[in-house]
Amino acid sequence: MFTNLSNKFQIIFKKIKNKGKLNEDDIKNCLHEIRIALLEADVNYKVVKEFISDLYSQMQKEKISESLTPIQQIIKIVNKEIIKILGSKQNDITINSTPPTIMLLAGLQGTGKTTTAVKLAHYCREKGHRPLLIATDIYRPAAIEQLQILSEKSNLPMFSIGRNENAVNIIKAAIKYSTKKDIDILIIDTAGRLHIDDILMNELQEIERNIPLQEKLLIVDAMAGQDALNSAKIFCNKIKINGIILTKLDGDSRGGVALSLKKVLGIPIKFIGLGEKIENFQAFHPERMASRILGMGDVLTLIEKVESAYNEKELKRLDKKIKSHNFDLNDFYFQLKKMKNIGSVNQIVDMIPGFNNIKNNINFNKLGNEENELKKIEAIISSMTNEERENPYIINGSRRKRISRGSGTQIHEVNRLLKQFYQVKEILKKGPIIKWRQNECQ
Amino acid sequence: MIVGVNGSGKTSIAGKIAYSLKKEKNNILLVPADTFRAAGIQQLKILADQSGVEMINAIEGADPASVVYDGINAAQARKRNVIIIDTAGRLHTKINLMNELEKTKRVIQNEAKEFSLEILQVIDATMGQNAISQAKSFNNSLGVTGIVLTKMDGTAKGGIIIAIKKELNIPIKLISLGEKLNNLYNFEATKFVKALLD
Repeated sequence: MFTNLSNKFQIIFKKIKNKGKLNEDDIKNCLHEIRIALLEADVNYKVVKEFISDLYSQMQKEKISESLTPIQQIIKIVNKEIIKILGSKQNDITINSTPPTIMLLAGLQGTGKTTTAVKLAHYCREKGHRPLLIATDIYRPAAIEQLQILSEKSNLPMFSIGRNENAVNIIKAAIKYSTKKDIDILIIDTAGRLHIDDILMNELQEIERNIPLQEKLLIVDAMAGQDALNSAKIFCNKIKINGIILTKLDGDSRGGVALSLKKVLGIPIKFIGLGEKIENFQAFHPERMASRILGMGDVLTLIEKVESAYNEKELKRLDKKIKSHNFDLNDFYFQLKKMKNIGSVNQIVDMIPGFNNIKNNINFNKLGNEENELKKIEAIISSMTNEERENPYIINGSRRKRISRGSGTQIHEVNRLLKQFYQVKEILKKGPIIKWRQNECQ
Repeated sequence: MIVGVNGSGKTSIAGKIAYSLKKEKNNILLVPADTFRAAGIQQLKILADQSGVEMINAIEGADPASVVYDGINAAQARKRNVIIIDTAGRLHTKINLMNELEKTKRVIQNEAKEFSLEILQVIDATMGQNAISQAKSFNNSLGVTGIVLTKMDGTAKGGIIIAIKKELNIPIKLISLGEKLNNLYNFEATKFVKALLD
């Protein structure tokens, strides 16, 4: 489960395996690797410097050099420290007991404010509130139309009086409007702006001066680099930002910006955006973010996804198929596709009971990384007759030729698939090695 | 064809390129192949009107490759010499969406053989190391012929393009310094480095 950083440490510590203890140089090398990992994750360089120095003190305190399992210890400390920084007690939005609760979304251009505004409204609605979205981006072409369309699609009420009024007046009109309707939360979408654009930053300050804002949320792109801390600082200087929403975490960005912002500004990260759909909105989990920043992959989320896809019913079905020796190529393909939908097959295959011994015997690496591999397998299996899929043993040379031609693949690819299938079937016959449910852990 | 991740500035760039080429007396057709993003087509239409450039119609939700197909045919019929295609923003990790782009490219290659194809990836100057990952993916899928660096009017320096150029050798062709239509410039390495080191 531990990828990059752990591997790098392994290399450093290979030589100390025999002496068993770390010296000063080993520790320095280790810190160097951590530093690189954090910079690669886009943590601000100043924050990295401070973090490493604090880490060094921590390592001295915990007497790492005397530990028999230094790698695990160091990773644990780094992880713990990052989680400590990212954690916060104040990480939900506050809703006034007397309406309305007014929330403002601000940030640079392209960070996902409009999309997030709609998600936030949906989130509030799910909690039993009646939100109203307010369009104050009077600058960008079709910005109001964008909010309008998104609101309509999700059946969320939206308020706009066009582009001829300034933001403060629009919001005041929205507040008036909301008192007549049964609205208890107002969510203000604003125009994207540069922190160095005085006119637009003044607009934000004008809004803060004139409107009672409960939540002032800074929307930050998870792919942001070193400059994100600079721009965020200025936003926070100009208005009292009290929360951050980190967007586009469905990509593969490590999201180090989260660490920079939380460490320096101390503002809680309240939510994360994980996609363009309205439901792709979650509370922020410091542990998962720490794991991601360190490059250990969002393993926890993956485990959750696997556990939900392979629920009790699913597992029983799979178990029955395997036990009755009826596990055929159709099933094989179905399981591969299912795993691929969750994530990389290679990452997941050992998380599924029954399959968790397979990785030792079969190289699923290619399948894990290449979408084309699964497409090829689909093409090959589609070119088989139903009988061939249920009884792959009948697939002789001439059938293989036919199948490879029909699927546009090479014969060796057909052979490989069949070989993998037989291997998987053999291993499955042996039965599950480890039961994965925590409470049944052996 | 203008490609890139969500929020990088593609539509703005499509408008700016249209504006710029129109000034050089080209016959341009804008194609709004971002049929996913709410009001994406409307956004490009406004920029098209501001630039005095024609844009074909498209409906939200239509198949992007079909829009491109129609766009190319229209451009050929109306004897245009430049076609600018705006696409939907997509994270490079979304395989299906990357496949969709590849399909769009194939349509262009099949239908617009007489045109030379420029695939421009828009990269936001505020992006961190992930921009390299983005560039690699888009390049693997499509073969990017040039990079457009946007949002250089902020305080971000866009240094990541140095890494991208070094690793992938994709030329940085254009640089954008603001939201106005005329804020688009040819990339000049000397100026860029000077700003980087200032």
